[in-house]
Amino acid sequence: MPFDDRPHRILLPVSVGYMVFTIVLALLFNQLPWRDLIGVPDLVALVLTFWCVHQPRKMGIGAAWALGLIMDAGNGALLGQHAFAYAVLAFAAITLHRRILWFSLWGQAAHVLVLLLASQLLVVAVRHIAGGTFPGFAYFASSLIAAALWPVASFLLLVPQRRPVDVDENRPI
Amino acid sequence: MDYQPPPFFSRGPAPLVRLAFFVSLAVLLMVLDARFRYADSLRRAAALVAYPLQRASMAPVTLFNAVADYFSDQAALTRENDALKTKQLQAATGLLTLEALGAENAQLRRLLDARERMPRKSIFAEILYAGRDPFSRRIVIDKGSRSGIEAGQAVVDDVGVIGQVTRVHVLLSEVTLITDKEQMLPVQVVRNGLRAVAYGGGDGTLDLRYMAANADLHADDVLVTSGIDGTYPSGLPVARIARIERDSAYHFARITCLPTAGTDKHKQVLVLSQETNLPPRPAEAEPATARPAKQKRIRRQE
Repeated sequence: MPFDDRPHRILLPVSVGYMVFTIVLALLFNQLPWRDLIGVPDLVALVLTFWCVHQPRKMGIGAAWALGLIMDAGNGALLGQHAFAYAVLAFAAITLHRRILWFSLWGQAAHVLVLLLASQLLVVAVRHIAGGTFPGFAYFASSLIAAALWPVASFLLLVPQRRPVDVDENRPI
Repeated sequence: MDYQPPPFFSRGPAPLVRLAFFVSLAVLLMVLDARFRYADSLRRAAALVAYPLQRASMAPVTLFNAVADYFSDQAALTRENDALKTKQLQAATGLLTLEALGAENAQLRRLLDARERMPRKSIFAEILYAGRDPFSRRIVIDKGSRSGIEAGQAVVDDVGVIGQVTRVHVLLSEVTLITDKEQMLPVQVVRNGLRAVAYGGGDGTLDLRYMAANADLHADDVLVTSGIDGTYPSGLPVARIARIERDSAYHFARITCLPTAGTDKHKQVLVLSQETNLPPRPAEAEPATARPAKQKRIRRQE
């Protein structure tokens, strides 16, 4: 298994530019014209959870809130619903980040599934109070798919940190 | 006593404090947005950030469509051209009589001293995408306030009413479909002129609410806009009645209708400008700007 590295490898420090790049990519993915397709994962939520778990000092609740605001404005949804859900998601991920990283990748995915489902439930509750219709249980399928993508995401998002410091044929490691 | 350790490991406020701050900010925004519509300037700013992202993510789709168009079969084009020519020929006879009828109608209205109907200006727009919000039915079109679109204008396609512009950005606007749960429009049954209000069902259908159980309605009746609200021009096809459930336990019948126009079928829509020739509002019973002293006196006289 290439992306389950035990014992833990010491990673390079993360570059903030790469974090911003992945978040912008996830935003692009979310803004694609999906129409009413069921089960399209919310990649912004996934990437956000990932960086909150791995870099809780660099990714915070405020950034999550701002991302949620962009999502709401882009989709013409109630302003603040995703901001609310993402802020709670980021808080939960930051609180749990020490615990989550002790598990294997699929164990981590199970934790993430619960977090994503909770954030979707918050959105549903908010929209219910604001008078929206319940979109059906298939709405929650996107969290399931997003959680299944967690191992892939954690491989891809950590790739730049796995590089050797300087490429040298006489390097011992 | 006042000694404090130097802030080596300062992390700012605790996560719980930050969460409380941002959650209350979000709740405040939601209340402002849903109840009072005060958050529009913030929405405009966030939409401006999202706009390049939307355009960039539309690029692969546009490219795919362009490539597909380029390689579209010549035979298909010829067939489509033939079909369009036939359709135009069929429509031409109707159009010729329509002109005569229009002139006659205008003359009759002048004779009756009724207001003449003004032709409405229409703006051509394309559907960019449907908003990724499973709780409401909205689409986004590629014309905004720069093209003269205003909130409240009606949106139609070639077969019927689609919805109403509900939010206008600079380069985009959002259209709430008639099937949205919070959208309603005044309709009329073509067969007998019965007026009703169609409510969006939220699941791709429309409901006719508060129609008596013995109302003269049948399945397959066609509903058109009645035009009494001044927003939608009269006579545009809206929906067809799909099912009527008459239950003697209730006063009203449950009537489900299917919309005529579909946003999945076409990409092009027309945005119709508002009626400019509205009748004057009825005079208020008591002017709101009257002085309180005067009001008191009037009340005493009563």
